[in-house]
Amino acid sequence: MMTSIETIRADFPILQRTVKDHPLAYLDNAASSQKPLAVLQAMDDYYRHTNANVHRGVHTLSEEATRLYEGARGRIGRFINAGSSKEIIFTRNATEAINLVAYSWGLDNLGPGDEVLITEMEHHANIVPWQLVCQRTGATLRYIPIDARGDLRLDLLDELLTERTRLFAFVAMSNVLGTINPTAQLVARAHTVGALALVDGAQSVPHMPVDVQALDCDFLVFSGHKMCGPTGIGVLYGRRDLLEQMPPFMGGGDMIREVHMDGSRWNSLPWKFEAGTPAIAEAIGLGAAVDYLSELGMPWVREQEHALVNYAVEKLSQVEGLRIIGPDGDQRGGVVAFTLDDIHPHDIAAILDSEGIAIRAGHHCAQPIHDHFGIVATARASFYFYNTFEEVDRLVAAMEKVQSVFSF
Amino acid sequence: MDQLYREAILDHYRYPRHKGHLDDPDVSYHDHNPFCGDEITLELNIEDGVVVDAAFDGRGCAISQASASMMTEEIIGKPLEELRGWTKDDILELLGIEIGPVRLKCALLPLKALKAGVWGIEDWPHEE
Repeated sequence: MMTSIETIRADFPILQRTVKDHPLAYLDNAASSQKPLAVLQAMDDYYRHTNANVHRGVHTLSEEATRLYEGARGRIGRFINAGSSKEIIFTRNATEAINLVAYSWGLDNLGPGDEVLITEMEHHANIVPWQLVCQRTGATLRYIPIDARGDLRLDLLDELLTERTRLFAFVAMSNVLGTINPTAQLVARAHTVGALALVDGAQSVPHMPVDVQALDCDFLVFSGHKMCGPTGIGVLYGRRDLLEQMPPFMGGGDMIREVHMDGSRWNSLPWKFEAGTPAIAEAIGLGAAVDYLSELGMPWVREQEHALVNYAVEKLSQVEGLRIIGPDGDQRGGVVAFTLDDIHPHDIAAILDSEGIAIRAGHHCAQPIHDHFGIVATARASFYFYNTFEEVDRLVAAMEKVQSVFSF
Repeated sequence: MDQLYREAILDHYRYPRHKGHLDDPDVSYHDHNPFCGDEITLELNIEDGVVVDAAFDGRGCAISQASASMMTEEIIGKPLEELRGWTKDDILELLGIEIGPVRLKCALLPLKALKAGVWGIEDWPHEE
């Protein structure tokens, strides 16, 4: 569909605000995206008209709340082309979804001699749970290194992905480098050695079309707040037969069929993995977010961000002393991490903030990448479909200001 | 414009005072802020309970390094007894700026190193 950016921006109330007397240029979308009115209204409507606990009451509100909650699950499932809404488990975020797999599947299936393979470009969320579970089970954690450009060293894949590998967990798009990995190809390689494939879609699901059946992945995780939805809601997609075999992650209400003093039986999917009262309003908000994104069309979202990031890379490359890390062109998602002379990224971000420009500075929860490039931290601009070329121009112009403040 | 980067802070960042190492320091303490990678090593010579010389080495953002330079300059000649009572307000007064919670960690890193290096106080500043 074709709508002007101005019309789209009008859907996001926060984009109208100013910061330090400048119009806000929000370029920190990889950390969290802004929310359209449709999402805010869906959550507000729920609390005003429908609020009640789900799956319990026989009263009207509870039935309506359950219908809205389960309706959101269905739409989110269709958004990633899941075969069944039973394969959509609501979690707090992508991190919790990975932990669910690590503890539920990992503790039951890993042992000495087994290997979990991840990559050097993972977010800490896809490193630390595997470190913890490998320590508990005696399994070995291995990493695919990255090369000087910021691509995975796939030439080492045969060596690292072997019949000892039980699970290959990797990021579809790096939150620092912007690298878009050949996800379907990597899933297929995992399957050829009999390993399961977990895809960290925290940066891919919000920004490009993702089809779990086409990818053929066993697990896919993502967070709602990075894709126009609220915080506190994320998703684990899992292949139904795997989820059926896995034990519960957390125990409590709603995840059980029967509880007796001497034991309990579990609820069926997806509720087996949803203990306690879930984030109902947030799930409904995420349902509204995927409706919003579907209406824009994910191919269009990707195209828009591709154009923005290419423009940003081109313009930023012309700034003297600015070094961009990560790959070029088609292989880069809407993220540009960079350093400027030897100015600390926090100082860059603080000056940009004084111009109303929001970027992230630090290690972006991906320290191994920074170790690889021998830098402590980077500044990172990350785009979403509502950003404009003019905002990129403001970012580039602000670099000159940073340099003038810190010139010696 | 950039209140955070007033001229005195940039001056200390560009031309840090007492940056380097003492020959044979009585106290040497290294600390870092893992969140942003600021690092500082603080060295002191102490005679009769008074800081007679001080130096720092480190790298990081302008706030952390300017804070280290300003603090090092300020503590020379001061009795430890007085310095023990220093709080974040003393550092903010030196810097002469208001500062948000994230950058506060940068600003307080030198004082944190002083407290840990001299008195073994590891849990300063306390989480509020």
